[in-house]
Amino acid sequence: MAQMNMKEAIRDAMRVEMKRDPNVVVFGEDVGNVGGVFRATEGLQKEFGEERIFDTPLAESAIGGLAVGLGIQGFRPVAEIQFVGFIYEALDQMFVQAARMRYRSGGRYNAPIVFRTPFGGGVKAAELHTDSLEGLAVQTPGIKVVVPSNPYDAKGLLIAAIRDNDPVFFMEHLNLYHAFRAEVPEEDYTVEIGKANVVREGSDVTIIAYGMMVHTATKAADELEKTKGIKAEVIDLRTLNPLDIDTLVASVKKTNRAIVVQEAQKTSGVAAEVIAQINEKAILHLEAPVLRVAGPDTVYPFAQIEDTWLPTPARIIAAVNKVMEF
Amino acid sequence: MSKVPYEVYTEEVEALSVLSPEGEIINKDKMPNLSDDQLKEIMYRMVFTRTWDDRAVNLGRQGRLGFYAPVSGQEATMVGSEFALEKEDFVCPGYRDMPQIVWHGLPLYQAFLYSRGHQHGGQIPEGVNVLMPQIIIGAQILHAMGIAMGFKLKKQKQVAITYTGDGGSSEGDFYEGLNYAGRFKLPVIFFVQNNGYAITTPFAKQTAALSIAHKAVAAGIRGVKIDGMDVLAVISAVQEAAELARKGEGATLIEAVTYRFRPHSLSDDATKYRTKDEEGEWNEKDPISRMAKYLEKKGLWTEEDTARVKEEAKAKVNEQIKKAEQTEKMTVPGLIDSMFETTPKHLEEQKADFQ
Repeated sequence: MAQMNMKEAIRDAMRVEMKRDPNVVVFGEDVGNVGGVFRATEGLQKEFGEERIFDTPLAESAIGGLAVGLGIQGFRPVAEIQFVGFIYEALDQMFVQAARMRYRSGGRYNAPIVFRTPFGGGVKAAELHTDSLEGLAVQTPGIKVVVPSNPYDAKGLLIAAIRDNDPVFFMEHLNLYHAFRAEVPEEDYTVEIGKANVVREGSDVTIIAYGMMVHTATKAADELEKTKGIKAEVIDLRTLNPLDIDTLVASVKKTNRAIVVQEAQKTSGVAAEVIAQINEKAILHLEAPVLRVAGPDTVYPFAQIEDTWLPTPARIIAAVNKVMEF
Repeated sequence: MSKVPYEVYTEEVEALSVLSPEGEIINKDKMPNLSDDQLKEIMYRMVFTRTWDDRAVNLGRQGRLGFYAPVSGQEATMVGSEFALEKEDFVCPGYRDMPQIVWHGLPLYQAFLYSRGHQHGGQIPEGVNVLMPQIIIGAQILHAMGIAMGFKLKKQKQVAITYTGDGGSSEGDFYEGLNYAGRFKLPVIFFVQNNGYAITTPFAKQTAALSIAHKAVAAGIRGVKIDGMDVLAVISAVQEAAELARKGEGATLIEAVTYRFRPHSLSDDATKYRTKDEEGEWNEKDPISRMAKYLEKKGLWTEEDTARVKEEAKAKVNEQIKKAEQTEKMTVPGLIDSMFETTPKHLEEQKADFQ
């Protein structure tokens, strides 16, 4: 076991897969020589050469199209979109061309692509660097959406994503790259896509979250236990499409109460979908409506107010209190 | 290379022709090396394609085809450019480019199924190196670029060719694709069929560039402009581009000046934006009659040959449209199973609504 932060775990996943499979190629803006603006691919070009990992000219749609073309040729492209807001330039290639390749060709072709991108708030970045755009992706048929919350999951999920024969949108929370270190096996292993994880067990209320919000939710849960004796279960979705509804339902059947926390804007997002599915599968087990703690329906704010815009432990606690007292 | 003063300039280029409108070879240097049998085969394919187009328009009116983009007038660019390539080369078509992928190996009934909105239309047989027709204008340009990079990384000598029109040459993807191809020196041919109109918008309103071929300059790749009503010029230019690409000398942008004799689609009315005079002028340049004149003079083709091919084409179209019509309908559960390699549970459950 080694101690790694999430960025190092992500890099290690790419290294393991590039070693194992010569068809894995990595490219994007600045990823080659210096290893990306966050150094997530640092050292890989030295190890694997410029044919396996290279810098592209600055054009995101072309990065997407290149990935689609290479996928048809039997490669397993790992394409980095430098910041989440830049996916807007690549939406057709990601969400149409890659996501529909299997369907349009009746299974003759596929798009075994990972689109990696950093996202997520709290780091005082420039505009369009930190938005949570997973809602666009989960509305798109044909592409899986994965959001790790810790180094172990990040490595295992990224390896699983690279081996997946369908496109995966892999969102890496900026605030987690260097947040903490954890034990990560040096060998290869996978964390199954489509499986949520109970990160904190509890019997009174279920808090469902993903990405950075798993940690914010855990903080709130600890506080609730300490101050009020409320035992909150925290579930990390890990994959947003396909959703692991079974794990959520099992938890709700136990706790009878739930809230969903997301950084993204409140309306019509992942949280709304989670609640809809809980209604479909477990409504008779609910003692209270499932509430959302989310960003307001505005654009992601300039840095000055992002800390108040993002969900906080206090807002999560308030929502838990509401469902407890319902 | 000598340098000119600081202002970048370019000059107009004359389109390459090999055959005159009268069917004479006017550019021996650029005459592709083709056997008599090959010349006859090219003619066969052009006449076949014209007949198929005539029939397809009728089938569309009868409701037996769905979306169909007519091709008459563009037989030289479509048949010629594909003929100039090898079976191992990869074709990335736009929505009008059915003839190229059919001549490259897609069974005709599947082309009809595609038009009828059946998934099997896009189920390209193994060993046929083509993509499905692209609807998002320009997206295929990037796929061809990526496929070409695949050939390069695998150290294979194949090339990718992609097609778009004068309208497509204004898309961002067009510029991005050319630029990447230049940067990575990729074995790809960007073939623009400039047929004068992007649906209704004339070429004059599309760009202020001297030509589409000039756009290659900015990307650092080769650009050529050819007479798209001259199948021998088309073959010459594509062969040359493919040869350079196979030698590792990178990409070529080919602008072929052509004309679609019919409207954009079966629901378009070309009389709203084109004059009868203009259509008449282009009809005079018909690529099929030009080639026929050349071959007739060489004693390789007669009017009877044309009549024979038309009959063959009609029979083949009839047989293939019937095959398309008899193909089992798609189902929603089948569609669900084509979204991912393994259908996830929530989608599996959604099948219940359709069983």
